[in-house]
Amino acid sequence: MSKAHVTTTINGDVVEYLCEPDQSMLEVLRDNLELTGTKEGCATGDCGACSVSLDGRLVCSCLVLGVEAEGKQIETIEGIADGSELHPIQQKFLENAALQCGICTPGFIVATKALLAKNPDPTEEEARYFLAGNLCRCTGYDKIIRAVLDAAAEMRGAAS
Amino acid sequence: MSTNKDYKWVGTSPIRPDGADKVTGKAAFGADKNLPGMLHGKILRSPYGHAKIKSIDTSAAESAPGVLAVMTSKDLPDLASEMGEAGESAVDFRDLSQNILAAGKVLYHGHAVAAVAATSPKLAKQALKLIKVEYEELPVVLEIEDAMADDAPILHENQFTPGGSQDKPSNIAGKMKLPRGDIEKGFAEADVIVEREFTTPTVHQGYIEPHAVTASMSASGHADVWCCTQGAFVVRAMTAKVLNMDVGKVKVTPSEIGGGFGAKTTVYLEPIAVKLSEMSGRPVKMVMDREEVLRATGPTSASVIKIKLGATNDGKLVAAEGTLKYGAGAYKGSPMGPGCMCVFASYEIPNFVVRGFDVVLNKPKVAAYRAPGAPMAAFAMESVMNEMAGKLDLDPIDFRLENAVKEGSVAAYGPKFPAIGFVETLKAAKEHPHYSAPLGKNQGRGVGTGFWFNIGMQSSATLNVNESGSVTLITGSADIGGSRASMALFAAEELGIDYDLITPLVSNTEEAGYCDVTGGSRTTFATGMAVVKASKNLVANMKKRAAKTWGVEVDEVLWQDGQAVPPFSSGKNPMSMAEIAASAAKTGGPLTASASLTAQGAGAGFGVHICDVEVDPETGKTDVIRYTAIQDAGKAIHPAYVEGQYQGGAAQGIGWALNEEYVYNDKGVLQNFGFLDYRMPVANDLPMIDTVIVEVPNPAHPYGVRGVGETPIVPPLAAVAEAVNNAAGVRITDLPISPPRLLAEIDAK
Ligand code: FES
Ligand code: FES
Repeated sequence: MSKAHVTTTINGDVVEYLCEPDQSMLEVLRDNLELTGTKEGCATGDCGACSVSLDGRLVCSCLVLGVEAEGKQIETIEGIADGSELHPIQQKFLENAALQCGICTPGFIVATKALLAKNPDPTEEEARYFLAGNLCRCTGYDKIIRAVLDAAAEMRGAAS
Repeated sequence: MSTNKDYKWVGTSPIRPDGADKVTGKAAFGADKNLPGMLHGKILRSPYGHAKIKSIDTSAAESAPGVLAVMTSKDLPDLASEMGEAGESAVDFRDLSQNILAAGKVLYHGHAVAAVAATSPKLAKQALKLIKVEYEELPVVLEIEDAMADDAPILHENQFTPGGSQDKPSNIAGKMKLPRGDIEKGFAEADVIVEREFTTPTVHQGYIEPHAVTASMSASGHADVWCCTQGAFVVRAMTAKVLNMDVGKVKVTPSEIGGGFGAKTTVYLEPIAVKLSEMSGRPVKMVMDREEVLRATGPTSASVIKIKLGATNDGKLVAAEGTLKYGAGAYKGSPMGPGCMCVFASYEIPNFVVRGFDVVLNKPKVAAYRAPGAPMAAFAMESVMNEMAGKLDLDPIDFRLENAVKEGSVAAYGPKFPAIGFVETLKAAKEHPHYSAPLGKNQGRGVGTGFWFNIGMQSSATLNVNESGSVTLITGSADIGGSRASMALFAAEELGIDYDLITPLVSNTEEAGYCDVTGGSRTTFATGMAVVKASKNLVANMKKRAAKTWGVEVDEVLWQDGQAVPPFSSGKNPMSMAEIAASAAKTGGPLTASASLTAQGAGAGFGVHICDVEVDPETGKTDVIRYTAIQDAGKAIHPAYVEGQYQGGAAQGIGWALNEEYVYNDKGVLQNFGFLDYRMPVANDLPMIDTVIVEVPNPAHPYGVRGVGETPIVPPLAAVAEAVNNAAGVRITDLPISPPRLLAEIDAK
């Protein structure tokens, strides 16, 4: 199988890569591009650790092929902070102790950003349902949900 | 209830030092390590639940494109049966080796049989298909009682029941008995007796990060290993043992770890990766997929537990009998021991007998899971306690208070308890508004309590003072839930300097002093003790330096708020840590201090959980609608992460109670090998989990710390089951309380 040439934009950078036609976006990010902030928990779309945004849509990168990124905009956990300034979601995850081991954290932060882009003022229940595709085994979700609601409030405050 | 009168740093919840890297994706976990020229290793696994391996032919795989090494158990030294330390529990190194690569027989579906290293993961996988294994299928045994039967298929022809027949091999690998008093007399005194049998299924720890390792063997015979583990030193010991190497020739660097809950205290891949690297001369990376994790790592034991309990009409326990059978999986070593020791540990019972059985089955060898053995035991005992309270018409918490162990009680497993907080925790639960809040239709409330010993074991810590007066703090204890923050808080408190001036590191086995696993809820307790001791050594040294500078006696110097204070008579000004560090070259050289210890006196932890559920009588679905976890922490060093332990343990326990179970077919093939149908709680399955931190200081720790990580998974099983009983009027004794099971019970009512 010959490799495919893909031109795409990742975290604002124009990126070109060669990938196998059957390689997942997750494998391309982690293995070909060494963007290892995106995690693999299952590779079957069931844990959300691999969450990225593809043209503004939240996807499991393990279910997207590397070749599908052609001409698209991808945002990964590495692109959430503004340089060395943490995004309010990242800051609130830290302040709320919303990570224990931290393996689920990149996925949750990317998913939370997608949630708040759609719904800047989610209820606790809306946040829980939106984030139901992201597994966390350590925290029981309490502090994660608090961080999400806290970040939403902060971002609404900054926007108004 | 957490008070902070006496301390500046201990008892506060600052942002963790490793936090920024973990929210930006920079933190390197197990699968994030790559080396130049690295190969990829894959494992061929058994398609049978139980079979004899008649032959393995690897020749076609060896000559496949991109393949540089192929190995089987023949490439591992033949080890004699020998028990060794494995984190919290003991392990037989021969079993460990044969679990890593099957020798002669496969004992469960997914058991590793051969391994390949190739230039890409794809080529390695293709090569696995070229390995020809001839099997002779054998009957499988999956249930504990079946495996104990006389005519059961036998897993190990050389395993005999201790104290039983030494001619006929048996699947009962171990037995134990704990007696006290006279149970016949005790039950004769009882006005009410409750007797029930409970079962719990095989469940998995469910960490989100699969096992991963990268290993590189040098031509000089030194192995470099990077992996996600709860204990780099245990990986080193096990890898060296399995490969017959000296521990000094194995260097293990722990990556960040994406959850473990006990199961990352053993090895599966590491010796294989080292061997493949030796055979190929190239670094080898191995990463499990989720299916491999579920089929061949963890899980924890299934159990069958029978409890008989006798009490008088005024609510005094007089007798108890427990029979606890734990499935060990393919090799001996279920948590029978701790299970039996803790089943009656929370109560004063004058007459009891506990009998335990460790039973092998055609399932993966179990690994530790948070308070190993205790959640199953507590499910049974606490369920019976709840039923007994109902029969006696007593409030369930009052009933427990009547019988609770306290300082001076002789624990069911032997020692006398020092100061413990069970009574205080029960009282805090009773006073909590949750306990008396009104309930709606189809709703019910349950309580459950939990006990765990916690452990001490060995730890080391080193402090290096930088020339600016900031400090690098090195330990070898994996940080699985924020322990770097606790370590820095201890050092900040002792040294009297800002938390931000301390950089806590988790280092490798060649640079850190020896530390046992992060397990047994020991890191904040024991490694924390080492940090406190090292800090005290450092302060003593800095006082000496200041005394020298001032020309005064060292015992005239005080250490206050991060500075040395001279005697008033000297007319000198205090010297800050930064000043002492800056002049260190002139006063005796670099400032470093370390401490190593075997921590004694790990304080027992007690928790009480209150659970409200709503049961849908049409579907049998149970929703947890309110939950409160109350637990004695001794002293919470970083309260937010203590709360996190309570919440995370509760969530795992709720999953165990309601959803999680391994489903096998009759050939021993796991049917639910992904997160879709091995269903762990997700965000919308749970409510907020309220917490109360009770603090009854542990007298053996300088700050009063008790371990907190494990106790929280012990109470939920019974608390949830009792809440369901109160909501739906049916008492479920077999977990999980899945909708079909509950619906069938409701319909049968
Ligand atoms: S790795 Fe993609 S959803 Fe789990
Ligand atoms: S913090 Fe460990 S899985 Fe979420």
